[in-house]
Amino acid sequence: MSTVNANLTYNYKVVRQFAIMTVVWGIVGMALGVLIAAQLVWPALNLDLPWTHFGRLRPLHTNAVIFGFGGSALFATAYYVVQRTCQARLFSDGLAAFTFWGWQAIIVAAAITLPMGLTTTKEYAELEWPIDIAITIVWVCYALVFFGTVMKRSTPHIYVANWFYGAFIITVAVLHIGNSMALPATAFKSYSAYAGVTDAMIQWWYGHNAVGFFLTAGFLGMMYYFVPKQANRPVYSYRLSIVHFWALIATYVWAGGHHLHYSALPDWAQTAGMVMSLILLAPSWGGMINGMMTLSGAWHKLRTDPILRFLVVSLSFYGMSTFEGPMMSIKTVNALSHNTDWTIGHVHSGALGWVAMISIGAVYHLVPKLWGLQAMYSTAMINVHFWLATVGTVLYIVAMWVNGIMQGLMWRAVNEDGTLTYSFVEALEASYPGYFVRFLGGVIFLAGMLVMAYNVYMTVRQKQAVAQDNTAAQAA
Amino acid sequence: MSTFWSIWISVIVLGTVFGCWWLLYATRKSQTSDTETDRTMGHSFDGIEEYDNPLPKWWFYLFLATCIFALGYLALYPGLGNFKGLLGWTSTNQWEAEVQKAEAEYGELYAEFGDMPVEDLAENDDAMKMGQRLFANNCAVCHGSAGRGSLGFPNLTDDDWLYGGDPDSILTTLHDGRNGNMPAKGTMPNMTNEQVDQVVNFVLSYSDREEDAEAAEKGEEVYAQACSSCHGDDGKGNQSLGAPNLTDNTWLYGSTYDWIRETVVNGRKNQMPAQSDRLSDDQIQILAAYVYSLSN
Repeated sequence: MSTVNANLTYNYKVVRQFAIMTVVWGIVGMALGVLIAAQLVWPALNLDLPWTHFGRLRPLHTNAVIFGFGGSALFATAYYVVQRTCQARLFSDGLAAFTFWGWQAIIVAAAITLPMGLTTTKEYAELEWPIDIAITIVWVCYALVFFGTVMKRSTPHIYVANWFYGAFIITVAVLHIGNSMALPATAFKSYSAYAGVTDAMIQWWYGHNAVGFFLTAGFLGMMYYFVPKQANRPVYSYRLSIVHFWALIATYVWAGGHHLHYSALPDWAQTAGMVMSLILLAPSWGGMINGMMTLSGAWHKLRTDPILRFLVVSLSFYGMSTFEGPMMSIKTVNALSHNTDWTIGHVHSGALGWVAMISIGAVYHLVPKLWGLQAMYSTAMINVHFWLATVGTVLYIVAMWVNGIMQGLMWRAVNEDGTLTYSFVEALEASYPGYFVRFLGGVIFLAGMLVMAYNVYMTVRQKQAVAQDNTAAQAA
Repeated sequence: MSTFWSIWISVIVLGTVFGCWWLLYATRKSQTSDTETDRTMGHSFDGIEEYDNPLPKWWFYLFLATCIFALGYLALYPGLGNFKGLLGWTSTNQWEAEVQKAEAEYGELYAEFGDMPVEDLAENDDAMKMGQRLFANNCAVCHGSAGRGSLGFPNLTDDDWLYGGDPDSILTTLHDGRNGNMPAKGTMPNMTNEQVDQVVNFVLSYSDREEDAEAAEKGEEVYAQACSSCHGDDGKGNQSLGAPNLTDNTWLYGSTYDWIRETVVNGRKNQMPAQSDRLSDDQIQILAAYVYSLSN
């Protein structure tokens, strides 16, 4: 159908670099997660040192997994997908290389400054102002490379995966700049430009869209390429992708208010946050349906292809957590779930089940192609990884559901004289078994990542593996 | 908020909901088939084609239902700028209603004890069970579940009181709260480092723990100038000011040389929050009796 320009080559070098760093940051970030989960079970693991304290390592964990692992996966796949679906080489090899080294430097800066206690205290935006400026510069270059490549495409239309990557890149730029506005006081200390409840609302407008755009829209872009490609089937419905794309990006930006139910936030903003979160259910499921139904006629491939299994199970977790999210945004449900472990379970059903699994599937699809091979070193190991990831995620989520609902019920239980039945410490004590199971789930998930690292290492050191820097475009 | 912002908010909220609605209908209208089709869009991206399948019906109606729910909710609850919603609900009046309900449900239980003197209540088992629960809910977070306190939070089980341990003093503390304030370097803001060392040694000498006897001797003069107006000439403190007794073995902020030096150099500020806004008079009466019972 599409004609191929014989002189066209793709830039795979930057894709390869980001793909490898996806695995590296995945292991680093998840190992930190396992450590802080262990600290909640055995507080002595805080080591009585400020640098290894839970309060400093927790933001390092979130930064390493979201921006290190997730970010590298998004860069790698966006650069790969945009070249192949636009039939155009990256707009600028130099800028692309700059985004790789710049982004890695930012994650390293996070790994240095956060344990030192340098933080803005804004969740998922803890990095201090000099690093924020660096992020902005790298991100603008990312946008230039991405949209520059879309502009010089040789296909007549822009493929749906690129809509999602594009929306993710633009919106994250707006969110990052808007939320990080601050007045620097010293080289590593700044004060937010916003005060009081405005600061809280801006923070959660950013925070929820870090989920909505960084961890959802971008990964839907990934899904729209790797699912049909791995299944070798057409996408289920073009018109469904139009409706759910526009509805998703229009309503997600509203949803942040649900983080501030029953707070000083004006009632109207809480209500708007809640109703938009409910409307989000269908647009979110639109993506899941389009991915799942793409497999119709190819379900048998799930038996033999563990990569496809990663992709499909990630869509199941996506569907589950995007049902859970709107439900938790309902005020009466939120009154029970707020501040409990349920929230952490919800985040991880998205983070482990959806984001990590689809990234892992995409990396397994990519690595052989980037080294000019037919397949990964061991398909059996991918299968082992799949089961470790699934079991780890399920243990994690179930432990947090049980803990969260138990905590919510214990906190609101009252005696016959109206006093609270349980003190905070009693609810904490009751949470210990759940914390242990969560730790166990994390260990299992991390073990899967180590299997992946070994498999990737063995794949690329095979004799016939040749790192592809510039690959000729092949006929579709 | 001003009329402009009220209209602005209403327009963008409703615009988003109706925008979704329009998107849904416009896309469905152009459907060429009601059932699944084999027809693709006719373009291919890196080998990926796209079917032109219709929107799944159940999904279409699910989307529609959430939009309709949103509009209904926005009619009933405050969401569109200054519009209050047909139910007149606010988070404040929900909270007030819950407080009133609790008052109606539990008020009588407490009222039974509200007029009894603290000393008598402290002997009453039923009242003390309630007192213990009130303490666990409202006081334990700072004073500990056994009332033994911690750094900066007084121990309530000993017989040493900053502001007095008689029933009236405890009631005043609970109702109105207390603000502790030890100024840095007491009443002698120009105290030198040498004088700080001397006065710390002098204070330690009350309990025979001075590290430098000579400095302690000189410290008496510094003490007289910097500390005695609150802590008294004899170091026994002053309950009307909340100034601690320095001669006993009870220390709110640590008893070593370094701790005391820190206190002298930087001063201490502390606050016991007033409970009148949070608890009823009857509940405070029971709570005072419980605190009284801890050391009597």
